Amino acid sequence: MEEQFNALADGIGAHLRGSEGFLASFAGESSAFVRYNHAAVRQAGTVEQRYLSLELFDGKRHAAKTITLTGQADDATRVTAAVTDLRDILKDQPEDPLFLINTAPQSTRRVLPNTLPAAEEMLDAVLTAGSRHDLVGITASGPIHRGFASSLGQRNWDTAHAYNIDLSFYLQADKAVKWGDGGSSWNAGAFTAKANAAKQRLAALARAPKTIALGGYRVYLAPAAMEEIMGMLCWGGFGLADHRTGITPLIRMVEGERLNAAVSVRENTKDGFAPGFQSKGFIKPDSVDLIVDGAYRDCMTSPRSAVEFGAAQNGAEDNMEMPVSLDMAAGSLAESDILKTLGTGVYVGNLWYLNYSDRNACRLTGMTRFATFWVENGEIVAPLNVMRFDDTLYRMLGTNLAALTKTRDARLSSDTYESRQTRSMLLPGAVVDDLRLTL
Amino acid sequence: MSTTDIAARFTAVAPACDFWSVRVVHKRTESLGVTRGITDPIGLADDTGVMVTVEAADGVGYAATSDTSSAGLARAGKDAHAWAKRTAGRLVAPPRTRGNAVRHDDAARPAMWGTLSRKAKVERLHALAAQAKCHDRIGDWGAGFSFSDEESVIATSAGDHICQRQGVVAPWLHASAGGGGETQTRTFGRGGAIRQGGLDVLDDMGFWDAGTRIGQEAMELLAAPNCPEGEMDLLLAPDQMYIQIHESIGHPLELDRILGDERNYAGTSFVTLDMFGRYQYGSDLLNVTFDPTVSCEAASYAFDDDGTPAEKQFLIKDGLLARPLGGATSQARANSPGVANARACHWNRPPIDRMANLNIEPGAASLADLIASVENGVLMETNVSWSIDDSRNKFQFGCERGQLIKNGKLAGVVKNPNYRGVSATFWRNLKGLGNASTVAVLGSPNCGKGEPNQMIRVGHASPPGLFGGVQVFGGG
Repeated sequence: MEEQFNALADGIGAHLRGSEGFLASFAGESSAFVRYNHAAVRQAGTVEQRYLSLELFDGKRHAAKTITLTGQADDATRVTAAVTDLRDILKDQPEDPLFLINTAPQSTRRVLPNTLPAAEEMLDAVLTAGSRHDLVGITASGPIHRGFASSLGQRNWDTAHAYNIDLSFYLQADKAVKWGDGGSSWNAGAFTAKANAAKQRLAALARAPKTIALGGYRVYLAPAAMEEIMGMLCWGGFGLADHRTGITPLIRMVEGERLNAAVSVRENTKDGFAPGFQSKGFIKPDSVDLIVDGAYRDCMTSPRSAVEFGAAQNGAEDNMEMPVSLDMAAGSLAESDILKTLGTGVYVGNLWYLNYSDRNACRLTGMTRFATFWVENGEIVAPLNVMRFDDTLYRMLGTNLAALTKTRDARLSSDTYESRQTRSMLLPGAVVDDLRLTL
Repeated sequence: MSTTDIAARFTAVAPACDFWSVRVVHKRTESLGVTRGITDPIGLADDTGVMVTVEAADGVGYAATSDTSSAGLARAGKDAHAWAKRTAGRLVAPPRTRGNAVRHDDAARPAMWGTLSRKAKVERLHALAAQAKCHDRIGDWGAGFSFSDEESVIATSAGDHICQRQGVVAPWLHASAGGGGETQTRTFGRGGAIRQGGLDVLDDMGFWDAGTRIGQEAMELLAAPNCPEGEMDLLLAPDQMYIQIHESIGHPLELDRILGDERNYAGTSFVTLDMFGRYQYGSDLLNVTFDPTVSCEAASYAFDDDGTPAEKQFLIKDGLLARPLGGATSQARANSPGVANARACHWNRPPIDRMANLNIEPGAASLADLIASVENGVLMETNVSWSIDDSRNKFQFGCERGQLIKNGKLAGVVKNPNYRGVSATFWRNLKGLGNASTVAVLGSPNCGKGEPNQMIRVGHASPPGLFGGVQVFGGG
């Protein structure tokens, strides 16, 4: 796809008139999706898609259109038609005071090696792992491509041959162990080991489930649960426009409130999975500090926000100023000491369906899900029936944060809305006192 | 090249197999908006692709592609065929038996969108957004809408040819007022405003008249006290009822959830197959329909994406659970009746059980009657927060705006109104429903589900509903 994209970009340049310029952003993938239920195939197939977002500009006037590409010779015709449409639109467009493009072209190229197995091999591995178990979930694999080109001669390309395994073993009703793996380097032995570890955790779910009274409990939030909390914060929590207009759920941090000093969060592009450039051609910095030692530091800033609020852009997308390679600093709690440190309380393997019950207070509600256990004196006693929590971030990761784990999980997003995602998070687990369970 | 031409092109290169289908989708989208007084970049998209499904030797596979050339379509057919061979004997359920071939064409239906120039639309949006910016304390405001014109063709080796076209409008309008470390936001339905049609929909919704009200209500909320806490009556406006229906009736009745397909992602259901025809889901006031025939509603259609003809069905009748939301494949798996709701969000995803239009039939009361019947309660408007467990039972919702009701009369605005409950008991405490004149046709453009994930639009029409004994609380 890279050669086709570069050829198209060259062709767009040939269509320009006068002082016109263009930005072109490409998103493509060739994905194999296999969906499972009851350790059998529910749906299986392949998706091959190519999208080109073409923006024509003349000074501060600009307009953009996204089109599908075939990968065949007729793409040149589609692109020519798009340029003509956009030129026609530009006639009526006012100048956009917030339009900002990268005028210091920097071309980059990253193509990760392909170590993915054939579709049959992954299918066989999953069905073998699921044999005699109630397995449900999805595998996704194949190349993900992102490209950028501009009339200033910039060319960026990123190809990741990636896979994502997102599966659950169910024991009964809603009692299950969710597990998975993802990245660009497939290892059949590691996959089998993860499957076996998940099966072993199923045994604890066989005990009679426990229901506890409403109230405050000491809890351990596993990295998968932390992913849900940080995922909520990413939507509106760290964007410059959200901060300057006061709609961020972290508005109290903007005004000086702090989290626990052990909490540091940054956008870590250098070690993340996402491409190092954004759709306007700006190259992302290696790292952006968002929260340092519990205090708010910087915002994710898009080109439009940079102009509107007089700041420097730092690689965020327009209208989506959020971390995509989030990195939360580790603590000092050894994995082997988690249950002992928790003592008596709730081991939360996963959280689910979080939302704000009071955005200004950064008060979050959500449910426990999958493998969540009642623990007494450092020993797992019984699986817990699902419970709702409703508490503020300032208590959970502030006054009531007891410990963060030394080991962190790298969590590659399994989201596949519209396309496969390259978002990732690197997260520790957290021991939290007095989490409010309300339903 | 038209969608029908692309389907014909596939027919010429289709693989030899037991059965094939091709679904061609061509979707054009335009988004216009104004944010904080500045025109947003225009968003245009022109998106065409195909989904090919092949059945062979008791296996089923699919291949989707944006390559609509003959070579691309042939390759998709070959890929789908290969997947069918791989999955033979390994499927959750074998391919289902199909009915007689269907031919249908409503592609000529016009979408009334171009009656106003793009420039004139943007000028109107500027005027509307300026009305919402009614005070210095409003620090974020904006207005906009998106329009999509989608044409699809389903053709099969059995002779089906179904062509459908839908124009969908989704407006947005908001104002956020801030001060003292707090921000309160008021919106025009916060995503719940979506209908089929053209520019006329915006007039029918009252969109162009809402600017000043939205701004003033944001300011009003900034000065309002928190919603009180306690067990009381709860009167939900239609722009909260729609999400209550969606989360605690729609999702638990989806047959693929009941069959376990969604357990790894969207979740399971507290509803089981043996409950249909026996289980009292709500009070006898509760009548819930799957109704794809309401012409302006977001998910009206003549055929679903499996080619099943769509018709109105009661899912809950007089409070009694009647039938699930399951398409032809799920019906065959569960040996259960269902509805025509096998839907795909786009050409690049296979159909699964979705909600489409899920409505609450009106009751007999006026809004004034409902308010007058409450001694102590809250009227809540416009969903802002939603959360429910993976079995769709324990829920918590928050709204943008509340109004206290004391001794049958509205008694002041409150901010941060929230409530929580359990689906299995909440609907049994339904004690009042508005009449036909109080029904609002709403929906959501963003119902997420499926692996791979699919975001799809759904419609929900509902009157206001009154519930007794609900746990209500505020922020802080």
